[in-house]
Amino acid sequence: MAKRSFLIPGVDKRLLIKDSIKTMPDVSRRRFIAGGASLGALTLLTGCDVIDSSSAEEMLKTVSKFNDAVQAWMFNPDALAPTFAESAITKPFPFNAYYDLDDAPEVDGADWKLEVHGLVDNKKSWTLPELYKLPQVTQITRHICVEGWSAIGSWTGTPMRDFLKLIGADTRAKYVWFQCADKDGYNSPLDMRTALHPQTQMTFKYAGEILPRAYGFPMKIRVPTKLGFKNPKYVVSMEVTNDYKGGYWEDQGYNSFSGS
Amino acid sequence: MSSLTVTDEQVSASPAKVIQPAWVRVMHWVNALAMVLMILSGWQIYNASPLFGFSFPREYTLGGWLGGGLLWHFAAMWLLMINGLAYLITGLATGRFRKKLLPITPSGVLHDVRAALTFKLGHADLTVYNYVQRLLYAGIIVVGVLIVLSGLGMWKPVQLHWLVMLFGDYPTARYIHFFCMAAICAFLVIHVLLALLVPKSLRAMIIGR
Repeated sequence: MAKRSFLIPGVDKRLLIKDSIKTMPDVSRRRFIAGGASLGALTLLTGCDVIDSSSAEEMLKTVSKFNDAVQAWMFNPDALAPTFAESAITKPFPFNAYYDLDDAPEVDGADWKLEVHGLVDNKKSWTLPELYKLPQVTQITRHICVEGWSAIGSWTGTPMRDFLKLIGADTRAKYVWFQCADKDGYNSPLDMRTALHPQTQMTFKYAGEILPRAYGFPMKIRVPTKLGFKNPKYVVSMEVTNDYKGGYWEDQGYNSFSGS
Repeated sequence: MSSLTVTDEQVSASPAKVIQPAWVRVMHWVNALAMVLMILSGWQIYNASPLFGFSFPREYTLGGWLGGGLLWHFAAMWLLMINGLAYLITGLATGRFRKKLLPITPSGVLHDVRAALTFKLGHADLTVYNYVQRLLYAGIIVVGVLIVLSGLGMWKPVQLHWLVMLFGDYPTARYIHFFCMAAICAFLVIHVLLALLVPKSLRAMIIGR
């Protein structure tokens, strides 16, 4: 029979197997280890499905909220972002958004008004000439993008905390929430302690010139203690609120505090 | 009788000598997991704005997109930092670093590198590290400290400004962070290859003996 032809007559199959195992324990052990390693690698690589599962997502969200708390705890309202000499300014300063420059909002400065909502005494809207009359300061700081790149720029405008005082904002509220003119309605919450930071600025000029369209005309909020996406451009309204209203990127998973 | 059984008998006959104590083993594998998570999520973050003219293949990144990569990176960092800090404290307090990793002499390293390259470097006694091992293990601890410090500096360049200043400025810290990652990856390749070549060292890192 064909099957039997592989066997040596008079030799016990089981003993033969046992003997052959004896000769290869080291190799088989190595194989086990190598196999273990590649199995581990496989689980890791294909494990994207396991890793991206909803329970992992929930865990990551929880840790991100924990990181918000840690960052709020670390935040020193008196710690200033480093400032630079004019010679350090990055030229050209990059345009950055989730759309091309051609799709950037074109705001008519004559029509535009900054709306003020929420926990403030004076809810009047502000025209550009009115805002331009407020005292302004210039600061040269590093803009750090969530993507990792950074660039140094010069921004001029009114300190946010002066404006909040001027409009009688309840500075015990938790957030100032900005709504912007970007397509798809960009918005972003800023924690009150950061809004009151001396370097947080309602910006009207870049490099001494009226803010160009690329950098957020007519008004940008420059926050040198936050990542770039928490520096909204083309701002149309602000709301002082105790509610966490989310934000364009925050809702997609960027850490909400994202402080520097 | 298979020789597996014989090995077991040999082990039980001689008094069990613990090569890797339990705390080393636990922290080693926690660190291995944390490092892999940090590297794969770090590659995802790198790809959002590459420092050099290349990107990491998407299949080898974690998180699906930049936001997901960042969530993984800033979650696994706690695992890496807490475990790493516990390892440093225990290693220093128990004197294990001093006993195992010192001294590192240039002549000793040169001798053992030559021996290793001519395949004459033995691993008869796993409790004693040769000079190449000492240099690599001590070196990777320094790299580990540097990658955490440069990472913390990039995470909090205002609050931890002094950390950024230690490296020069923010962009420099970013490059240092990258090169430390590259060093860890190179270490990882050699480390895993050698562990597979000397399986009893891997066994010692799993069951201690």
